[in-house]
Amino acid sequence: MVKASALSCPSCGASITLHAEGWAVTVACVTCGSVLDALDPNLRILQRHAERITFTPRIPLGTRGTIRGVPYEAIGCQRVTITVEGVDYSWSEYVCFNPYHGFMYLSEYEGHWNVIEKLRRPPQELSSIVRSMVKLDQRTFHHFQSANARTSFALGEFPWELRVGDAVASRDFTSPPFLLSAEGTDLETTWSLGTYTEPAEIARMFGLSTLDKSPRGVFANQPNPHVRAARRVRRVGVLLLGVWLLMFVGGMLLARDEQVFDGSYTYDRTRGESNALVTAPFELKGRTSNVELEFQTDLGNDWVYFALALINNETGQSRDFGTQASYYSGSDSDGNWSEGSRRSGVTLAGVPAGQYLLRIAPEGGEPLGTPVRYSLRVTRDVPSILLYLIALAALVVPILIAWFPAIGFENRRWMESDHEGATMSFPPDEEPT
Amino acid sequence: MTAPAPHATSCPNCGAPIRFRWAQAVQTTCDFCKSVLVRQGLDLERVGLQAEFPVTGSPIQLGLEGRWGARSFVVVGRLTYEWSRGRWNEWYCRVSDGSSAWLSDAQLEYAITVEVAPGGPLPDPASLRVGDRVHTDQHEYIVANLTQAAYVGTEGELPFTTSARSLCWFADLITENGHFATLDGSETPPLLFAGDYVTWRELQATGVREFTGW
Repeated sequence: MVKASALSCPSCGASITLHAEGWAVTVACVTCGSVLDALDPNLRILQRHAERITFTPRIPLGTRGTIRGVPYEAIGCQRVTITVEGVDYSWSEYVCFNPYHGFMYLSEYEGHWNVIEKLRRPPQELSSIVRSMVKLDQRTFHHFQSANARTSFALGEFPWELRVGDAVASRDFTSPPFLLSAEGTDLETTWSLGTYTEPAEIARMFGLSTLDKSPRGVFANQPNPHVRAARRVRRVGVLLLGVWLLMFVGGMLLARDEQVFDGSYTYDRTRGESNALVTAPFELKGRTSNVELEFQTDLGNDWVYFALALINNETGQSRDFGTQASYYSGSDSDGNWSEGSRRSGVTLAGVPAGQYLLRIAPEGGEPLGTPVRYSLRVTRDVPSILLYLIALAALVVPILIAWFPAIGFENRRWMESDHEGATMSFPPDEEPT
Repeated sequence: MTAPAPHATSCPNCGAPIRFRWAQAVQTTCDFCKSVLVRQGLDLERVGLQAEFPVTGSPIQLGLEGRWGARSFVVVGRLTYEWSRGRWNEWYCRVSDGSSAWLSDAQLEYAITVEVAPGGPLPDPASLRVGDRVHTDQHEYIVANLTQAAYVGTEGELPFTTSARSLCWFADLITENGHFATLDGSETPPLLFAGDYVTWRELQATGVREFTGW
């Protein structure tokens, strides 16, 4: 049975227990912050830490948690800082240790957590003019950010030679919920794979309810929570579009679009009431559908109102309606002008099949107007494209609107990257494994 | 799994019984007085004393049994290497199919390799740089890591006698689909050990070293 060695810090005298003895290369005293050589039996001082320690790891060192079914102990935590356009951004990186399974890592930035494992094989680097990409296990990762990451503070054990102030070039590639990170030079690069993990999940893993806090902003590999909803809306929408298309094509094919009546008449204001007339009966066939009436007049600086009734010849049922035509024209200093139209039309919806006749009573107009000649054409079952277009818009607009939150989320993600305003790629519909 | 003991004999230094777990082994360490013993014909010669064994933190120990794919193995010997940033072990394993293999535990990342004929000349690891490509008749490898190390301790049975403790270059080679190999510069021409990374779970190890609290 191997016990963890108890040693003491040569700088402050506090006791130090090496949990990853034999593997820890550097240990930073949790009491005074001095960086010590963990391989040296006397813990030789590598760097003294003068200031008081103000940083407290959110996962206290020594806490055990379960990562992917394996217990690990948090044994080290370093603060890593990058400077972008003069502004410092810092995050925490935890070293987690199991004496059999080895090392795992965690990172935390503004409440965003990643579970990180070292990769034993490099991803394939793809060349691209726009943005560099890498591929790992058939998954493409887009370059997110390159930075010079420096260790700004450290506590506990690290399986590498750590010095506060040391910097390493880092490159991050994202494919939510995964993040591939390369650290090092072009010649010697260490790759690691991070998996975005919800704070509640980290809190559960380590039994620390204090960790379950809402993260701020959008993180590089945070899964877009709106994509799923947008995809669902789109799936339903596409289904409905199919139904719409069937109805549209069917409607166009099935529409009779049949002229059932036409006639020409004259409206003479001097005849008064006797202008009213009743047409000969005509047959409306097929399904219950619309009827379109179209008046063509020879109005000139005049108007006329047609009071109309569609009367079912069999039942005597009557539908009263009306339509007006009005046409004025002339010329002034600006040239010729005209207003209104000699044509007028009206469509009645939902007219059942049967024998019908129309009562037409023209009225109104300029008192001194000349007789108005007009003709009427009645068409049965006219396809209404406008209604279909309104229905189409009612389908498409929500589908598009459903993507707004997802797009907004992606914009906020990429705002933090080296590629602000980059074209977005939504992740495939996969669950993290 | 215990191996037959074809050569049961005693330590020429302290007289404690020495039992080779494997017939091909040429070196062992006396469990009792820590004498390093080399087989000379049927006799054992004491060539040195094993100093206090360096701490490595490995969960592997002599006698550990594990699995390597369809095969099983038992750990019979150990070489401990030291480099500028720590130590690691190469555990000598007797495999169920009669072959032998090495299980390495650097930074608790496990890899099992067997010595293979390279099928062509191999570069001297000291001449390589990280990212270089190394071709064998099996794989095209990329140099992932270069380490200068010397062994600082031996334990159990080994297929050769250890004497020189000079620094040698080791090159870790990987392929894009996860194959692993080590180019060992302790001999000229260098030796090639090829195999795979394995996880602790995959090893299904029994007879492991135990750690308080774990």
